[in-house]
Amino acid sequence: MTQRVAIVGIGQTNHSGRRPYHNDGEVIYDAISAALADAQLSIKDIDNVIIGDMELFEGHSLNDAMLLDYTGAEGRSGFKMNTGGTVGSMNVISGWYNVASEFSDTTLVIGWEKHDEGPTTSAITTIWDPAINRPFEVGAISGLAMISNAYMTRSGCPLEVGAIVRAQASDNAARNPKAHLRERYTVQDVMSARMVLYPLNLLMICPTSLGACALVLAGEKKARKINKKPVWIRDHATAHQVTRGMDFMAEAGKIDTSMTVTGRKIFQRNHITKPMEEIQVFEMYDPCAFCQPAWLEEFGLCEAGQGWRLIEKGVTAREGSFPVSPSGGTLCTNAIGDTATVRVAEAALQLRGDAGEHQVTREVKMALASGYGGMYWTDLLLLSNTLD
Amino acid sequence: MPDRVGIVAAAMTKFEAAKPWQHLAELVLEVTDKVVEAAGISLQKDVESIVSCSQDHWDGRTISSMPIPDVTCGHLKDESKVADDGAYAVLYGAMHILSGDHKLVLVVSHCAESHTDGTIIENWSIDHIFTRMLGLDYTLAAAMQARRYMDKYGITPEQFAKVVVKNKGNAKKNPYAQDSATLSVIDVLKSQMLADPITVMDRKPVSDGACAMILATEEIAKKLTDKPVWIKGAGNCYDPHFLGDRELADCDALETASKKAYKMAGIKNPVKEIDVVELSEYYSYQELLWTEGLGLCKRGEGGKFIDSGKTQLNGDIPVNPSGGLLSGIPITVAGMSRVAEAVWQLQGRSGERQIPGAKLAVAHGCGGICGQMHCVLVLGN
Repeated sequence: MTQRVAIVGIGQTNHSGRRPYHNDGEVIYDAISAALADAQLSIKDIDNVIIGDMELFEGHSLNDAMLLDYTGAEGRSGFKMNTGGTVGSMNVISGWYNVASEFSDTTLVIGWEKHDEGPTTSAITTIWDPAINRPFEVGAISGLAMISNAYMTRSGCPLEVGAIVRAQASDNAARNPKAHLRERYTVQDVMSARMVLYPLNLLMICPTSLGACALVLAGEKKARKINKKPVWIRDHATAHQVTRGMDFMAEAGKIDTSMTVTGRKIFQRNHITKPMEEIQVFEMYDPCAFCQPAWLEEFGLCEAGQGWRLIEKGVTAREGSFPVSPSGGTLCTNAIGDTATVRVAEAALQLRGDAGEHQVTREVKMALASGYGGMYWTDLLLLSNTLD
Repeated sequence: MPDRVGIVAAAMTKFEAAKPWQHLAELVLEVTDKVVEAAGISLQKDVESIVSCSQDHWDGRTISSMPIPDVTCGHLKDESKVADDGAYAVLYGAMHILSGDHKLVLVVSHCAESHTDGTIIENWSIDHIFTRMLGLDYTLAAAMQARRYMDKYGITPEQFAKVVVKNKGNAKKNPYAQDSATLSVIDVLKSQMLADPITVMDRKPVSDGACAMILATEEIAKKLTDKPVWIKGAGNCYDPHFLGDRELADCDALETASKKAYKMAGIKNPVKEIDVVELSEYYSYQELLWTEGLGLCKRGEGGKFIDSGKTQLNGDIPVNPSGGLLSGIPITVAGMSRVAEAVWQLQGRSGERQIPGAKLAVAHGCGGICGQMHCVLVLGN
């Protein structure tokens, strides 16, 4: 009693910093309308709706129930997920469970966030343990700075690599009409930006955006009828880890993290021995510029210490042999609850060949998408455009 | 749904008005320890995946599941959180197994309502453009629903009070219950009025606690216990959000959810086939309304149904032999504790409140304003 699951509809809003004339529901409605139009379905064809976001960001409780006039969940089944930054990909995984277990045939998955409506950093600060870490760590950036410093120390990665990552991302985002920050920057521009928390300057961290992304998932039989280009969710893995702040970073590179575990699981289960050859594109949830090199290594895509060297060689650029986040990634667009859904959506667009100007030059048959959040928590999804 | 997901064991904390000596994670630790011992498994080796249920606003913490891996041996394991009622987490856990992705899942939920003012959180769950600033909370909304129910079907406050008398009476036989009492209908009617017709006794008290259970594939469940409980059917559904868009005296979403669950379980005549019902009545009138939605009686006959005595502990179809939510269960834990009570009934572990020979049980969870969303699980042994 299990069926294979495909993405048959993809919809995204344009992302921006502010949309004062639209409420949360209207932003979501835009994404849903686009996803349904892409699948050539109407809301009547949907039997299940999965949504998720960070409740303290907008200050709504139970917003799956509250925003239902916009999501179309009335009279349908569904529930709300919330796992922090990974919620966007967790929604997709939850949709996968609903369809794979044959509880639903067509599920609408919605990731969204409207950061202009609440104090994001205050809300993020509450993720830290109230007794031990909360007095010392603020928002997301303190953890990201530690990740970056730890990586630079252990691998010898120079500061300029962060600037290369951001400059590449800016070129990708300039080609992606859905991205938030679309200005092109040179490596020099990035290096001269204002320092926020060493080694991260203003351009090396993700922005606060707003937007929504919706996907239509369907079981195998239905998917083949609905869409000529279904994108299959081949596998997914989730790992959450116990951390008291980022104290474990001192050992990073030597110990298992949520990334090493999910990467190993996905590659082993799918008999992938040379991931950078067998997989052609990776939409990574990369919230700061040093995440790309560090996490390429942690996911097991390359040897330890090689991540930043690959970036220097241009391997991860849009025209490179292993493009990472060709949409511009999280560095240019970050509406947290929607970010990881966008990673899956963008990987699926690459597989369909529908990414437009930011389509990678390499032929794509298999793609990875990741979600990051919580206390170094990871979701990893493997997508493909065929089932062989 | 074939007998493929088995519930091996369930555990709860004792529910209390406040548990200031326990950190939220310690509530989860307590039930996790209990359920792992009851199931006779190793938390580290056997549990592949953890599904938790809690809500950020109630915990005052973005990602309220943050400490869950700490207390469930969840380091580098698959953990995820459903942010509605606990019954949905059980359903999501079952999907983990039905999809073939996992073989053994730990499901937990926790909430300490005493930590915060729930009426504010309820207000934050109401549409922020047209309704929130009216200051509506769930009790005020429930009063409107109860009033509409009375007006449309002639149900009386005395019939609501009978639910309180029955459930608080049943709770005396439940060692986990927070509030129990021998009451008369007059006692309830005379208690302090909150929002007409809802008195302080008609409303679920503030409560702290947690609940956990172990779900497994058919093969593993049979190995682990000689009393596995099978999830035979499940359904969930949303009603509209705006109260004006709904006929508050009926519960369409619950009817849809229960029909789906019954169809999956092959139930044709619910009132004859089902032996025991554990449902989520946040307010006394809801038990009457939900029995209608669950198809145990016709629309508008919830009042007559309680009058008939069939839902009493010794009746034909006992409803909430545990004492229900009126005996004190926190939000999010509510639906999961209903499932746990139903599991114990089917395993014959309910002590004084045991329904002899129970074979088929229905557990119900709901959430949102005036019970906007419902989840129904049919369990059998």
